[in-house]
Amino acid sequence: MNMKKLMVLMVFAAIMIFTAACGNSNGASDSEGAANGSGDGSQASESNNVGGELKGRIVVGGSSALQPLAAAAAKGFMDKHPGVEIQVQGGGSGTGLSQVAKGNFDIGDSDYFAEAKEGIDAGALVDHKVAVVGMTAAVNPEAGVKNLSQEDLIKVFTGKVTNWKEVGGNDVKITLVNRPDGSGTRATFVKFALKGATPAEGIIQDSSNTVKKIIQQTPGAIGYEAFSYFDGSGKMVKLSIDGVEATDENVKNGKFPIWAYEHMYTKGEPDPIEKAFIEYMLSDEIQKGLVPQQGYISATQMQVERNAAGEVTKK
Amino acid sequence: MVKNETTKERWFGKKSEWRGKLVIYSSAIFILAATVAITLFLTLKGLQSFLVSKLDVVYFLTHVNWHPEQDHYGALAFIFGSFAVTILSAAVAAPLGIGSAIFMTEIAKKWGQKLLQPVIEILVGIPSVVYGFIGLTVIVPFIGKYIGGLGYGILAGAVVVGVMILPTVTSIAADAVKSIPDDIKNASYALGATRWQTIYKVIIPAALPSLLTAVVLGMARAFGEALAVQMVIGNARGFPDSLVDPAATLTTIITLSMGHTTYGSTLNNALWSLGLILLVMSYVFILLIRFLSKRKNS
Repeated sequence: MNMKKLMVLMVFAAIMIFTAACGNSNGASDSEGAANGSGDGSQASESNNVGGELKGRIVVGGSSALQPLAAAAAKGFMDKHPGVEIQVQGGGSGTGLSQVAKGNFDIGDSDYFAEAKEGIDAGALVDHKVAVVGMTAAVNPEAGVKNLSQEDLIKVFTGKVTNWKEVGGNDVKITLVNRPDGSGTRATFVKFALKGATPAEGIIQDSSNTVKKIIQQTPGAIGYEAFSYFDGSGKMVKLSIDGVEATDENVKNGKFPIWAYEHMYTKGEPDPIEKAFIEYMLSDEIQKGLVPQQGYISATQMQVERNAAGEVTKK
Repeated sequence: MVKNETTKERWFGKKSEWRGKLVIYSSAIFILAATVAITLFLTLKGLQSFLVSKLDVVYFLTHVNWHPEQDHYGALAFIFGSFAVTILSAAVAAPLGIGSAIFMTEIAKKWGQKLLQPVIEILVGIPSVVYGFIGLTVIVPFIGKYIGGLGYGILAGAVVVGVMILPTVTSIAADAVKSIPDDIKNASYALGATRWQTIYKVIIPAALPSLLTAVVLGMARAFGEALAVQMVIGNARGFPDSLVDPAATLTTIITLSMGHTTYGSTLNNALWSLGLILLVMSYVFILLIRFLSKRKNS
């Protein structure tokens, strides 16, 4: 009997510890993150004074669209600064914003402005726009369309038109492939291609590669992809809109409207390592090398600017 | 288990036993505590959408309108999708699993087991993303071409998950059939029954509670499967009109939306509530298994 009582006691003790740990995790990680941040900062500035060399460790994470570019740039940065370790993670734009706001990530990657998200104090975050991603509708070749007016595109995505022949294509049924709610790609496409109209129901997939596969194998399917997912093989048509081709050049000069910034957010002003890494991201070496290589558009070469409300202005 | 006569002295007296016990007891306590903690955490998080974000519980469980951008959170279509995939996949896996279990224990005892055992192990070892990919590449186009619709839907999900849970069902069913005493079978043969009659009239009824347990365990796995289903079901939010109409399950909505939500937002809380439904269902499945195995003992 004694034994049983002891067991019960121990189980309860363990539960208490567990729940206490769960409850406090936010606070604990906050202070930990802050401590780490300041530690990194002082360490970095200290060694700056001594040898002019950065030293420390930062975590970058969030948007899976930006992850490959961030990872490749981090590798280049670490080769230049052997004392710095940069860990790049994915997890989605929402995760990036939440974690940088909490202090768990030093840099939070996001496909959309922090202002666009509920539950994030955008005022506490500093925005660094490191690249631009152009997107357009991706169409199965059997649809027989290469260009649509924006008006027709909205009709297709809102379900007002259900057969491609109604918008000048072949007699094939339209199948919509959407992204999930909250996806940065979906938000960008809805806002700038569909002028805010809610897409009709269809297949929903998150991964760009799965969407590509579905569009390629389903006759009459239409979805939306970043430019980098079109490989020119003709299995997936890169749709022109209102006669404007979906090219990097047309995004840069503001003729093609569907694009989004890739943001890197820091909590407050960046500390020396974060600052050096973001400056490296914006350097010509990356903006003219890795950025176009990986299918992104250089942020520094944009001739137009867009704010969080979506208003576009000439630079 | 520890018996009543175990005293404090014995617990602390022998050093060597004490260490072993410490390891074993702490493992047991850890599992217990982890389960309780996960349940508590998920319950607290899952209830936040109703307590903090002020969603209506009844609306949440009985409506099919899921449009977070318009503040509509009705999860019924996903609950239905989860049950439909689970029940249909059990319908796929139960006859196949029980059939092959009987084959390898009763009909071809030696080479049947030698052949089927590794096959089952291979099926267990394949990661679910591979099942999903095969489903997307082979099953979905096949259904779209020969059965109807686009191929994305509950039917494709059920086929993929049915194959995934087949090994679970088969191995537990094989154990169940094996555990039937030879005396019963021999008595049946002695009465002049054929092998088929023995299987049909003696073995299956005698093993039925355990066979049902095997199927329910498979269903519990099917209910929680996310990745493979996500790739073939289409993930549409509306209520499906047919088995080949795109649909969604609780798990697919969680995995699709989780990375895009911020901590503490209404959508994030609503996703936790979907997780809570999954947890409650897994408790129901466990209770069902308990009930079935109790029936076997009495």
